Amino acid sequence: MGLRIITFLVAITTTFSACTAFAAAPIRIGGLFAVTGPAAFLGEPERNAAKMVVEEINKAGGVKGHKLELIVYDTSGDATKAVQLATKLIRDDHVAAIIGPSTTGESMAVIPVAEREQVPLISCAAGIKITEPVKKWVFKTAQNDTLAVGKIFEYLQKHKMSKVAILTVSDGFGASGREQLKGQAARYGISIVSDDTYGPKDTDMTAQLTRIRGSRAQAIICWGTNPGPAVIAKNVRQLGIKTPLFMSHGVSSKKFIELAGDAAEGLKLPSGKVIVADLLSASDHQKSSLMSFVKDYQRHFQAEGDHFGGHAWDAAMLLKNAVEHGGDSRATIREQLEKTRSFAGIGGIFTYSPQDHAGLNKDAFVLVEVKRKGWAIVK
Amino acid sequence: MKREMLKFLLFVVLILVAPLAFKGGYLLNVLVFVGINTMLAVALNLLLGYAGQISLGHAGFFGIGAYLSGILTATCGWNPWFAMPFAACMVGILAALIGFPILKLKGHYLAMATLGLGIIIYIVFNETVDLTGGPSGLSGIPNLAAGPLVFNSDIRNYYLVWTFALAVVLFAVNLADSRVGRALRAVHDSEVAARVMGVNVRLLKVQVFALSAVISSLAGSLYAHTMTFVSPASFGFNFSVELLTMVVIGGLGSVYGSFLGAALLTLLPELLRGAQDYDIVIYGGLLLVMVMFMPGGLVRGIPHLFRKIAGIGEGAGNA
Amino acid sequence: MQLEQILQYMFSGLSTGAIYALIGIGFSIIFNATGIINFAQGEFVMLGGMLTLFFLEALKLPLWAAIPCAVAVSALAGLLFERFAIRPLRRPTPLNLVIVTIAGSILIRGLAMLLWGKDTHAIPPFSGDEPISIAGATILPQHIWILAITLLIIAANKFFFYHTISGKAMRACSYNRRAAGLVGIDVQRMVLFSFVISSVLGSLAGVIVAPLTMTAYDVGIMLGLKGFCAAIIGGMSSGLSTVVGGLILGILESLGAGLISSGYKDAIAFIILLLILFIRPQGLFGKAESERV
Repeated sequence: MGLRIITFLVAITTTFSACTAFAAAPIRIGGLFAVTGPAAFLGEPERNAAKMVVEEINKAGGVKGHKLELIVYDTSGDATKAVQLATKLIRDDHVAAIIGPSTTGESMAVIPVAEREQVPLISCAAGIKITEPVKKWVFKTAQNDTLAVGKIFEYLQKHKMSKVAILTVSDGFGASGREQLKGQAARYGISIVSDDTYGPKDTDMTAQLTRIRGSRAQAIICWGTNPGPAVIAKNVRQLGIKTPLFMSHGVSSKKFIELAGDAAEGLKLPSGKVIVADLLSASDHQKSSLMSFVKDYQRHFQAEGDHFGGHAWDAAMLLKNAVEHGGDSRATIREQLEKTRSFAGIGGIFTYSPQDHAGLNKDAFVLVEVKRKGWAIVK
Repeated sequence: MKREMLKFLLFVVLILVAPLAFKGGYLLNVLVFVGINTMLAVALNLLLGYAGQISLGHAGFFGIGAYLSGILTATCGWNPWFAMPFAACMVGILAALIGFPILKLKGHYLAMATLGLGIIIYIVFNETVDLTGGPSGLSGIPNLAAGPLVFNSDIRNYYLVWTFALAVVLFAVNLADSRVGRALRAVHDSEVAARVMGVNVRLLKVQVFALSAVISSLAGSLYAHTMTFVSPASFGFNFSVELLTMVVIGGLGSVYGSFLGAALLTLLPELLRGAQDYDIVIYGGLLLVMVMFMPGGLVRGIPHLFRKIAGIGEGAGNA
Repeated sequence: MQLEQILQYMFSGLSTGAIYALIGIGFSIIFNATGIINFAQGEFVMLGGMLTLFFLEALKLPLWAAIPCAVAVSALAGLLFERFAIRPLRRPTPLNLVIVTIAGSILIRGLAMLLWGKDTHAIPPFSGDEPISIAGATILPQHIWILAITLLIIAANKFFFYHTISGKAMRACSYNRRAAGLVGIDVQRMVLFSFVISSVLGSLAGVIVAPLTMTAYDVGIMLGLKGFCAAIIGGMSSGLSTVVGGLILGILESLGAGLISSGYKDAIAFIILLLILFIRPQGLFGKAESERV
């Protein structure tokens, strides 16, 4: 009799727990990445990194018993599509939060949607306007381009170079960089003696560089993403220009060195720490996250984990932490994100607050130099 | 004429009833864009299908309307209901001025000239950063509002946009049957013969060009107020090609064809979403097949296909 | 200082202009033989560069073997395009042809993206990277290759069109298709030839410019459009006029970017296009066309 009751109780409890296990609905997270199109070099690694994190988390049992489900849509870098797909993620797929988009233009377009529908958005784009002024539901993991500009200007100020020529690409990334370069120059005692632009698909910048060669610039800062800066580096070499050339974090990848070849040697640029992870000292707080990211990415995709994939990695991990500390509703996720303190991610060490949804400071960047087809940290 | 009105009323009923089937989901958002694209396709059809003039730069007029509305309302604080007709007038004047020299050209040369025009407009959007926000776009454009009713949700925008779109469709349908419509078709067939018959060909072409531009500008303003954000990327050569495709696939000279084309091409990316990277190849292939095997567009090709299939059955029976 | 700068602008302009010229000649050849503007011309330029890369890296061929293979495969692509997309057209109106060629270019670009990815790739220059200094301005050895090969192609063109039977047959088609057919010329074959020759020219242009500008699946669009501008300036001739048109375009672009504004560089090409079409549609060197009514 007793045995029968015990078996009955055991049966009931097992069925019950089986039911709850089945009933543990996955937490849906949306991803808006520019996997195809002109920003594919951003969107593809971001999508890969996000997928990788979600896979690893699910393998380890999920978050508080729930699996994560990542729904990714490709925006092709088109702001209109980004808005439509954001609406789709929110209305049709009922996601708890959205990671992305990849570019500043798309992010600015999606922000009103996120605010109106009250869904947390963690953008992977660099434009400072995304989080300044602060919007309640919008965060970002990519370093502000102000920080990158600051890093270069700091170096120039230290080396007494005050006359600068800027050459920026005429897309969202370049336009934002140009704004910051012009806006911060005065603070570092720098004057911009030449302000030129080039198109994203242009194949010859000798005209602009010839003009710069005729100006009194002591340094040239090029702000763009591959392949433009590689062409510029080659053009500089062809024209025999000896003025030091600085790049932006848009080219902090091995691809740039591959494209520019010998012309890349000696160029300096600000970058997230991921590309020099192995050169960092052991006391650096980010070193362990960085090394494991690089290793995992290599294992999953047989390619080097880079700066851009890191943005999505950070966003996914921040979401995981938020759900762990709070819950899986949109409002709690937002609240918990805002409470993030000193999270050692790939882009830097994040500390959000109600006034700061960008979370990083100057130390998120290091100044690196191309040496013998690899990277070296500039002291 | 009665038949045309009946067709139109049926169409109106279809449009009014459609949102009920979609219950406020994501697809409703897409239907708003179908409305805007229908306006653009019908506008281009007036030029292309009726008058026979190729334009590869219509995205430019769409963009000017959008940016003018956006800048006047977001930066200068104008009332959107003033900015919209103002933008349309400006675009109309610009189109008329450009129309006189450009419409002297024919065929491929006209196509390339309008292509060049469209690209120049795009570059201006991109470069005048202080006015337009440059490549990062212009955000913070206010929604349209009629008193207390603010158009800030998909369902409201749907009815707003389609009110305009239906008005444009009605206009185009009426135009086809009018004296002007007949004059346009005469110009399409042979400019010299039309001139001989007393049609002022040059003036007529410019008028159609300007009219088409004005409608595109209105569509642009609506786009700006429903998206609240515009960026140059939406107004480039690729979109001009898409518009052309909509008109041709739907059927040149057919207003409802333009609607079909607009609907198909706006919904196609949704259907192809699963295909990831293959969607460009499928799009190009589809376009190629359509032009090769159904040059009259869907509006004529599908009935033709049905007739053929039915005819084969009959023919076999009779033989 | 000013003279040096202007000289530099002229040199850069000459080399880009030579590429525009080659592409423009490709447009002209097809247009003259068939009346078609082939919007897919730019994609053949892209194929030249990408295929060379493919043969170099995937099949590890040396440069002097990879280039002819790339050009041959591009010629094949041109042949297939004509055979399967252009010839079967039931209603060859200008509009349908525009759409077919645009669709073709989208298709080719999409296939290239699927096969080779979206990355940009570098190709090694033919004979090294050391800049050469001439009167204060510098050029690269690759620039000299570009100019030399362009001149060779012009000469070959002239020879083909004026001293060989096929060439003369193609010219006959461009003057009057029906008459050419009546004297026994296989017009359809001439159309095919024109596509093949254009794709060869386009891909050659792509190959010689790729070491300078790097190559990716979408380099064809802008290059194609600018090549077309060159052809219009030259009055759609398949000879020296288009070459001069291309060089003028390249130099004006370069001077405009250097002296006026670099942001509007692309606009310069299209403004020139509009001006020519408005004021002198037959090109700078063409004769005015008269149309039978």
